[in-house]
Amino acid sequence: MTNPAIAARGLRKSYGGRTVLDGIDLTVPEGTVFSLLGPNGAGKTTAVKILSTLIAPDAGSGQVRVGGHDLATDAQAARAVIGVTGQFSAVDGLITGEENMLLMADLHHLSRSEGRKAAAGLLERFDLTEAAKKPASTYSGGMKRRLDIAMTLVGDPRIIFLDEPTTGLDPRSRHNMWQIIRELVSDGVTVLLTTQYLEEADELADRIAVLHGGKIVAEGTAEELKQLVPGGHVRLRFTDPAAYQHAAGALDETTRDDEALTLQLPGDGSQRALRSLLDRLDTAGIEADGLTVHTPDLDDVFFALTSTGSVPTQSKETVR
Amino acid sequence: MSPLSLAVRDSSTMLRRNLLHARRYPSLTLNLLLTPVMLLLLFVYVFGDTMSGGAGRSAYIAYIVPGILLMTIGSTTIGTAVSVSTDMSEGIIARFRTMSIHRGSILLGHVVGSVLQSVVSVLLVGGVGVAMGFRSTDSTVLEWLAAFGLLAFFALAFTWIAVGMGLGSPNAEAASNNAMPLILLPLISSAFVPLHSMPGWFQPIAEYQPFTPAIETLRGLLLGTGIGNNGWIALAWCLALTVLGHRWSKAQFDRDPE
Repeated sequence: MTNPAIAARGLRKSYGGRTVLDGIDLTVPEGTVFSLLGPNGAGKTTAVKILSTLIAPDAGSGQVRVGGHDLATDAQAARAVIGVTGQFSAVDGLITGEENMLLMADLHHLSRSEGRKAAAGLLERFDLTEAAKKPASTYSGGMKRRLDIAMTLVGDPRIIFLDEPTTGLDPRSRHNMWQIIRELVSDGVTVLLTTQYLEEADELADRIAVLHGGKIVAEGTAEELKQLVPGGHVRLRFTDPAAYQHAAGALDETTRDDEALTLQLPGDGSQRALRSLLDRLDTAGIEADGLTVHTPDLDDVFFALTSTGSVPTQSKETVR
Repeated sequence: MSPLSLAVRDSSTMLRRNLLHARRYPSLTLNLLLTPVMLLLLFVYVFGDTMSGGAGRSAYIAYIVPGILLMTIGSTTIGTAVSVSTDMSEGIIARFRTMSIHRGSILLGHVVGSVLQSVVSVLLVGGVGVAMGFRSTDSTVLEWLAAFGLLAFFALAFTWIAVGMGLGSPNAEAASNNAMPLILLPLISSAFVPLHSMPGWFQPIAEYQPFTPAIETLRGLLLGTGIGNNGWIALAWCLALTVLGHRWSKAQFDRDPE
């Protein structure tokens, strides 16, 4: 990892008096997927705009290198290795899908035959061959997104920025998009994607940075982030109120739900913890009708980290 | 690839894109021709006898056509302001900005496309004028070329101004409103009536604006009337507006997008 695909230090941006990015550091190794996760207005899009050379960071920022090129001095060289699919459709609606692709091929200075080949190949790959001769404005949301990505891939960029690539897509289109992103990464492409869907970051990203209020409040793999937040528990479900009352009386540290006749006990769901719990139940003669184990998911992490007020700080000890 | 050949290649790609838009949606361009053609018909056939002060319709048509041709350019460039403004709000411009292409090519494509559209529009409206009886019989080939050159230069100057207006407008409606002077200016020039027939206080307004010297020059080139200083003044206006429009447009385009 001597030469990361993206490296930014102390990235700052404010509009008027409003600070959007308050000094963030990012390092994305080559050939990996890095996800910026955060609620609306966290600064995700601004970060992507800066890294993709669309806007300049504020003067106080540190160095930003993309593909090894310093954006302050050699943005044009960085542009030659990146591909960007922004949050809003970047297709030309007035011309056909095929013409959009050929436009990209021309701007990448491909020869006529190379351009036609690249366009036809990508249209085929993104299932747009049938619609290729229709104006892009007539495409559905999912088709526009696919065309958008297909256009980004003309010229084989090595680093791809995807700003909320699946926002507004139906579940099937979303899974197709995930598949596309996985294929890109298997070809060695580096992907930086932003999302507000935890599931998406969990599915795709090697590393996740949680952005909140212009700062990175946590960074790590999905597993590491999940360790940050307590919230694992075991739930016991009863059908007989008498058995429920008996269990509630016999066990400590339970959270009762008298309506649903369930008891919640803290526990991380490890084999050891479960065995000791089962032993306690046996000893007390408790027979539950159902037992489920809940591990913390990224939702818990997200809410814990981005709820205003108490932002837990990430300490090295908690990251295993 | 050398910077120059990169600029030429990318600009011609952008030009092809803009011409494709114009060809796919010709009603946009043709609508802009309605105003000058309607005014031509109205002034010649309805007001013609009165306007010419008794000299007759055919004399008036000779007087009015040069102004109408320049007005056609003004009208066409309103379309340029609107299409630039619309285009800038599209996501594809953000895509272009993140690509390793010649940065100026996006605007250059618009400018060259708009000048070509202006030339085609002038030919179409000129054709209507000829069909109505306009003749330029006494002109030499050189004068014809000079007239064509003036029209093209005038189109270039007003296109750059229109591009600046388009970039400075938040949406198409605003661009259309902001570009209104481009078609209002010829109405208060010597296009329809000579300067000396206007009220004294108004004459300076009509005289010291870009359309009047350009109209007088074109009239001279096509009909053999006196040009005087107007040729140089028209060229100076074109040059100044081109430089101003280009600087203004570039400054706005180089600013970080929202």
